[in-house]
Amino acid sequence: MHRALLYVALALLAVPASAADLAPPAQQVLHHGNGAEPNSLDPHRAEGVSTSNIVRDLYEGLTGISPQGAVVPAAAEGWTISADGRRYSFTLRSGLRWSDGSALVADDFVAGLQRSISPATGNTFAQMLNAITNADAVLKNQLPPSALGVTAPDARTLVIELAAPTPYLLGLLSHPSAFPVHRPSLAQWGRDFARPGRLVSNGAYTLRDWVVQSHVELARNPQYWNNARTVIERVFYHPSEDLNAELKRYAADEFDTTYEIPLVQAKALRARYGSELRIAPYLGSYYYGFNLSRPPFKDNPKLRTALAMAIDREVIVGKVMNGIALPAYSYVPQGIWNYTPQAPAWADWPREKKLAEARRLYEEAGYSAARPLTVELRYNTHDDHKRIALVMAAMWKQWLGVRTRLVNEEFKVFLQNRKLRQVTQVFRSAWISDYDDATSFLDLQTSTHGRNDSVYRNPAYDALLAEAAAAADVAARRALLEQAERMMLADQPVLPIYTYVSKHLVKPWVAGWVDNAYDYHYSKDLQVLAHARPGVAR
Amino acid sequence: MIRHALLRLLTAVPTLLVLVTLTFFLMRLAPGGPFDRERSLPPEIEAALAAEYHLDEPLPQQYLRYLGGLVRGDLGPSFQYEGFRVSELIAKGLPVSLALGALAMALALCIGVAMGIIAALRHRHFSDYGLMSAALLGVSIPSYVVAPILVLVFAVTLRWLPAGGWVPGRFSDLVLPVVALALPQISAIARLMRGALLEVLQQPYLRTARAKGLSPAIVILRHALKPALLPLVSYLGPATAGILTGSVVVEQVFDLPGIGRYFVQGALNRDYTLVLGVVAVYGTLIVLFNFVVDLAYGLLDPRIRTP
Repeated sequence: MHRALLYVALALLAVPASAADLAPPAQQVLHHGNGAEPNSLDPHRAEGVSTSNIVRDLYEGLTGISPQGAVVPAAAEGWTISADGRRYSFTLRSGLRWSDGSALVADDFVAGLQRSISPATGNTFAQMLNAITNADAVLKNQLPPSALGVTAPDARTLVIELAAPTPYLLGLLSHPSAFPVHRPSLAQWGRDFARPGRLVSNGAYTLRDWVVQSHVELARNPQYWNNARTVIERVFYHPSEDLNAELKRYAADEFDTTYEIPLVQAKALRARYGSELRIAPYLGSYYYGFNLSRPPFKDNPKLRTALAMAIDREVIVGKVMNGIALPAYSYVPQGIWNYTPQAPAWADWPREKKLAEARRLYEEAGYSAARPLTVELRYNTHDDHKRIALVMAAMWKQWLGVRTRLVNEEFKVFLQNRKLRQVTQVFRSAWISDYDDATSFLDLQTSTHGRNDSVYRNPAYDALLAEAAAAADVAARRALLEQAERMMLADQPVLPIYTYVSKHLVKPWVAGWVDNAYDYHYSKDLQVLAHARPGVAR
Repeated sequence: MIRHALLRLLTAVPTLLVLVTLTFFLMRLAPGGPFDRERSLPPEIEAALAAEYHLDEPLPQQYLRYLGGLVRGDLGPSFQYEGFRVSELIAKGLPVSLALGALAMALALCIGVAMGIIAALRHRHFSDYGLMSAALLGVSIPSYVVAPILVLVFAVTLRWLPAGGWVPGRFSDLVLPVVALALPQISAIARLMRGALLEVLQQPYLRTARAKGLSPAIVILRHALKPALLPLVSYLGPATAGILTGSVVVEQVFDLPGIGRYFVQGALNRDYTLVLGVVAVYGTLIVLFNFVVDLAYGLLDPRIRTP
């Protein structure tokens, strides 16, 4: 209820600018700094935040995310959910068209979901749709894609059958993995269809040009059902891996928005840009993991808790992150739908009490000043990770006398070592949610999950999550998930450090940009206000 | 002479083959693969991706497959930029890198040679010290420091030029990158030119030239400059290759879609085919420039030309 009120309030704040304030159509052009080069504009091969940003402008799923971060009808105008929560029936809007003018029918969504889950497609997000009936068997090549529990009784009706009630399904359907595909293009070009001149889309924009390492250019799609409401005519996504170069192009008014900001400059940017700097909670957790399969952390929860208690998150966030993060004691970040992140009881203790308890546990675990713990802290090479690792090592040294050896590895080397679980002791980790539900995080710590890098094995935890997955009642499900997080954190297989925030610079003439936990900002919801630009050299 | 040139060209083939072979296997030695990421992939998806790129085949077979493609001019599919062939990416990126490198080299030569000559002729004068101090400064400050300063002054503050980006055919996009790339080279060339010319100016045959009454301009241009260019020419081969490879940083800072960025991103992403393709191109360029230098040497120095 509170959340609903919040959305209404936010919606009032974000009233679209009146026509008089808008810049003329010729100036309705947006230049986004967009991080990494997109890997593919095929929605079922798209990976990474920067790629998804573009794909969401090109395509539209059954549902979408409003500027305020709420799930709203998109290609579907409405839906009904069966009493047991396992059958969703969607009604598509009438007259939906692809950008080439052909009719968009429910079968296009069926084909899209089947392709998305079929292993031959190589969609790295395929597992996300596991809740759909038979999805798991299709993914394991045990059943053909046609066996997937998705049907189209008529051109405007789509029925999705679920193996288990999945209250976050509507949010999931706004993800590129659930987007439809234009079957004739796929038949003609195979997987090379996602290129300029070939790509046919159903979203507010069409693909106009793509120069690798330079830009992706989108143009307004006149066939889009809500085209009358679109204001931005053309959108440019520029790869901007170098944060400092991106910042300069923003300062020179070449970019209207940035993908990120350099952390070390946060204070100066705040002073210089004021409200152009947009910081908001984001569905991501930055944490360290303990390898529970090897000494010294095997069967040693007291040591893990002692190390977790000795870390001052506020100092890390304030001094190292320059305030561009939120201190975290829970594994699930703040802002997740229908969930309260669970922190251990000691999280609120005063610092002195935490340190005293940390020392007590450290000694109970068999270590002391005379016999200090020697441990390896592993992270992938990056300035920000390095600074945090140094501060952690210093805190452990100062308060417990731990001797820490810092090991940094190139990203792919690090990923492999973390996955193998043979050499790691304490290792950096992070998780950015693919959908707005606590299970996106909690599932990672189940015994069989591929990213259970800590080798955490707790049958009671697994059972709680299984029970939650089967629960039809949303409140009961929430209670089970919160109980599971408390149980897991008591075992401390992970050491949460901070919750991510989204961090962008947005020019004052960009209207309609609302901070939301998804960090989704569809170009169709934005407008360029009339403004004078001092001599832009572009 | 021609026979010598042909022989040199023929030896380039095994050189490049060794280069490609080493790169192929060294890339595979690096831990982690193109499909490792934060998320764990179901084995079925991993298998499908590996099969798509023939990574499921034994390594020697993959190597032969790659060589077979290379002979046909196909550098394989990119792992990172799906749906693009490496040949296609290089065909788009190489003109940008070449334009950047060629312009920077031309600028560096014009200014550097002029600076070197002036400094040598005004040996131990104020202008000599001034120019050489400037050159020392230029050599000491790398491109990645110069580039952001140029952007700050000319793009952010003065707004005369773009801070980055690339629109085909728009010359203004190249001005700052070319200057940033040329500055260290200008300094190196100026110092080299000055040193060489000073040495030549002390040769007895120049005294003879002056003694027989030739004007100072003719003495310098006809008799002194040509031999003084020799050290510079031998420097230019590796330097030109270096300015093309060295543009990685400049391409990154100015968001230029050249092949230098492919190389860096390709290595980080374990985009085996893309890295191999860029290495092959760079290798070819280096061999080519060294070959051109050899030929130029013969033209400039009669002692090498005979017999």
